[in-house]
Amino acid sequence: MSKIVLQIDGRDVEAEQGMTVLEAARSAGISIPTVCHNEKLEPYGACRLCVVEVQGRGRTNLVASCLYPAEQALAVTTKSEKIDKTRKILIEQLLAHAPDAEILQNLAQEYGADKDRFEKEASFCILCGLCVRYCSEVKQNNAVGFFDRGATREIRFVPELAAKVCWDCKECFALCPTSYAQAAYHLTEALAFPSASSQLSSAK
Amino acid sequence: MDNGKIDKIIDKYPSDSSSLIQVLLEIQSENRWLPKEALAKVSERLKVPLNRIRHITTFYKAFSVVPKGRHEIHVCTGTACHVRGAKRVLGAVQDATGLKPGLTGEDFRFSLETVNCVGCCALGPVMVIDGEHHGKLAPAKSKDVLKNYE
Repeated sequence: MSKIVLQIDGRDVEAEQGMTVLEAARSAGISIPTVCHNEKLEPYGACRLCVVEVQGRGRTNLVASCLYPAEQALAVTTKSEKIDKTRKILIEQLLAHAPDAEILQNLAQEYGADKDRFEKEASFCILCGLCVRYCSEVKQNNAVGFFDRGATREIRFVPELAAKVCWDCKECFALCPTSYAQAAYHLTEALAFPSASSQLSSAK
Repeated sequence: MDNGKIDKIIDKYPSDSSSLIQVLLEIQSENRWLPKEALAKVSERLKVPLNRIRHITTFYKAFSVVPKGRHEIHVCTGTACHVRGAKRVLGAVQDATGLKPGLTGEDFRFSLETVNCVGCCALGPVMVIDGEHHGKLAPAKSKDVLKNYE
């Protein structure tokens, strides 16, 4: 693997070919906030909180650093007024969906985001895709997926698969930034295969 | 729809994930909807995970995962049809069939949907039944049109 050098916030950072800007920055100890990122999973670019500015072709662009490949002599800025403002709005939009998520509340404090800026539309799911990607990439169970599209897109468990594999796994619950994965699972369970929890209550 | 018929459809295409949408479309047009047993079969044969199939079948409006009637009514409620009285046409169709948009009757005669433009605004208000366009409809006329479909 060949080494490349890029500039992040004016510092020279060494990175390997094929790394993303986010990985390069983190390896150099520069923090970039993320919600949908997980090292075990392929980059996804759902939350967009990792936006940074890159200079190229005579102008600066806002890009998602978790997806943007590090290049030789790339100039990256991870903190600026424009970036902070963008992240603040993104956090406010996510908060409209999941007002009680701890990770979002912490970020809101850091970026001065107002949780009441947008009308509440508490779907509790912010569509970060962590559960969906973890289930298919790491566990290869494919028991949870996205359903529908656009404004009505949501995660749902596939009852036939969830009945078989989820009770012994439940690893996506811990990944979920809002606990919605857990709620969605229990809803599916109650509707489609209520035996698992009735066994539990009869064991009490 | 029995398993043999689904197998026959799948056999027509290369058995990998690239055939997924073609296979689903063909099952949809043969059977008018996609039962979950059919999806499980397709998932097994084409080696596509069920959550992906579920995503795709709920993403495209061409697929239905609930049973559909023998005739599909699409009432256009796009802008041009709306200003020409699509609401009243829709109301008349709802009265005649007893269905709300998105539903199918118990006798499986009709399924009713609203659509947002069928591309022939000059004919508005338009209703499409099984791909056949009925334009310049009046509420009373739309009820008569339905009588031609059993």
